[in-house]
Amino acid sequence: MEKVLMKGNEAIAEAAIQAGCNFFFGYPITPQNEIPAYMAKKLPKVGGTFLQAESEVSAINMVYGAAGAGARVMTSSSSPGISLKAEGISYIAGAELPCVIVNIVRGGPGLGGIQPAQSDYFQATRGGGHGDYHLVVYAPSTLQEMVSLTMEAFDVADQYRNPVMILGDGMLGQMMEPVSFEKPSERELPEKDWATTGCDGSRPRNIINSLHIDPEELEKMVDRTFDKYEVIKKNETRVEAYNCEDADIIVAAYGTTARIVKSVIEAAAEKGLKVGLIRPITVWPFPYDEMQKWAEKEHVKAFLTVEMSKGQMVEDVRLGVEGRKPVHFYGRTGGMVPTPDGILEKLETIMGEVM
Amino acid sequence: MAVVYEKTKGLTDNTMHYCPGCTHGIAHKLVGESLEELNVLDKAVGVAPVGCSVFAYEYFNCDMHEAAHGRAPAVATGVKRVLPDNIVFTYQGDGDLASIGTAEIVHAAARGENITVIFINNAIYGMTGGQMAPTTLLGQVTTTSPYGRDAAQAGYPIKMSEMLATLEGVHYIERVSVHDVKHIRQAKKAIKKAFENQVNKKGFSMVEVLSTCPTNWGMTPIESLGWLKENMMPFYPLGVYKEGE
Ligand SMILES: Cc1ncc(C[n+]2csc(CCOP(=O)(O)OP(=O)(O)O)c2C)c(N)n1
Ligand code: SF4
Repeated sequence: MEKVLMKGNEAIAEAAIQAGCNFFFGYPITPQNEIPAYMAKKLPKVGGTFLQAESEVSAINMVYGAAGAGARVMTSSSSPGISLKAEGISYIAGAELPCVIVNIVRGGPGLGGIQPAQSDYFQATRGGGHGDYHLVVYAPSTLQEMVSLTMEAFDVADQYRNPVMILGDGMLGQMMEPVSFEKPSERELPEKDWATTGCDGSRPRNIINSLHIDPEELEKMVDRTFDKYEVIKKNETRVEAYNCEDADIIVAAYGTTARIVKSVIEAAAEKGLKVGLIRPITVWPFPYDEMQKWAEKEHVKAFLTVEMSKGQMVEDVRLGVEGRKPVHFYGRTGGMVPTPDGILEKLETIMGEVM
Repeated sequence: MAVVYEKTKGLTDNTMHYCPGCTHGIAHKLVGESLEELNVLDKAVGVAPVGCSVFAYEYFNCDMHEAAHGRAPAVATGVKRVLPDNIVFTYQGDGDLASIGTAEIVHAAARGENITVIFINNAIYGMTGGQMAPTTLLGQVTTTSPYGRDAAQAGYPIKMSEMLATLEGVHYIERVSVHDVKHIRQAKKAIKKAFENQVNKKGFSMVEVLSTCPTNWGMTPIESLGWLKENMMPFYPLGVYKEGE
């Protein structure tokens, strides 16, 4: 298939359009502005609708309405904007509606900065808004993967009636790589017979709702979504294990950091260090089983989690490793990207301790 | 025997939870009748707010979408953009529309969204137990203005109809009241027109309905109808604030 050189943010937007996303509601924030700009330019030409909302709060509620009306719909933002969208995301999850939300993460807290970061991991994987719920969260590490996961995200959202998040960062959003737009695997998707499209008497009226004033009813609803999450965990957890077969140390990293770690692995080999990488592709559901599998291997002496945060995913890695091996952490924040040298130095220190 | 009066098909048979004497029920009836008379129930999608009318999705006999506090105009925008030929309406209280959701209503109006907004102004937060609303009158006692609303401390009440009527995107805004039969008839006309405008793709229409809250005003239903007439109507004059071609 033909490859095109594209910016990460534009690749996401094009992938969404090719996946049948016809509606986009957003609000500007760096470093994701190319997504709404691309949508504004392209969507009207394919019969779709782009609308710049007055705020992120409004944008996500427009998504809520459009998803309820049965459309394939997306919004995108960056960290402070995602905090504002948290309200609507909770309602969308509560009403069990499909949609895709892109977070091109920048440093925080607060206004933070505009450089890449991974410090929204907790917010993304623990729900982010109020209440018991989860999003399916994809963490691509190349632009090609950003394309295929964005396309997949719409199907997964429709299949499970659940919001799906693409968790990128400023680096992935702004970099350029050649990509091709291949459709991911075909899934059999359910009819949207629950959508509020106007009730002509041929069916009972549809109500999109997240309010259950009766505690028993609300508990039942939450239990039901958590049963659904179990199915998602079983079917949709995705992970890449790279160079782990005889590794002494396994690095856990996702997104941009995983790319950097891959280049460290070669440099480490030259110094006689056998290093592997476990890269969660879904950070929710998290690949705990994969962590456990490698933690049980005798040749693996230690784990190192590398993140552009103060150590958020390290908690999930520890849950997977369950004390079988020591888990170390190396991270940069503020928009600083970990350097191969910095990671290598940390690996050498750990080797000195465990060998 | 000839049928003189029948319950509108625009409302379900569910029992409403509103307090005795509350005029939310009258406003519901007028909306239901309008939808039925315009023969658009089958393509109506209503958006319920947060507030006493949070359960409106149980009462209007059409597809319904429950929204977060104040966000109904944004949700309605999403629905309407997907389904431009359907009839999309929001039903919102004053806390919902004039406080937490001010941005959403202003911008839906400015965009000229072809939706119908029913705005219930009862000068107080009903559901949460009678706190001050942006529409609470100066001197009015509420749980969060226990000494009477004081402009120096709490600012002035907002006249939403007047304010929104300044926006170019708006097609039609009228303020009505439901405190007696004559006014209820006028209110019905306004609400029906607000829906008719949407059918004719004329753009954003809002009807502000002066309404009572006997429970949180601490009055009997009869007293509150009088209080509305004597206190609210002079400050919130009835009438058409904007009507386009
Ligand atoms: C985000 C959020 N903040 C606050 C509330 C609590 N709340 C529920 S109803 C309400 C007031 C509604 O008042 P109004 O819109 O005037 O409607 P009324 O109850 O008077 O009909 C508030 C503050 C909420 N549900 N959500
Ligand atoms: S609290 Fe007030 S507004 Fe709410 S139902 Fe009762 S009387 Fe009506």
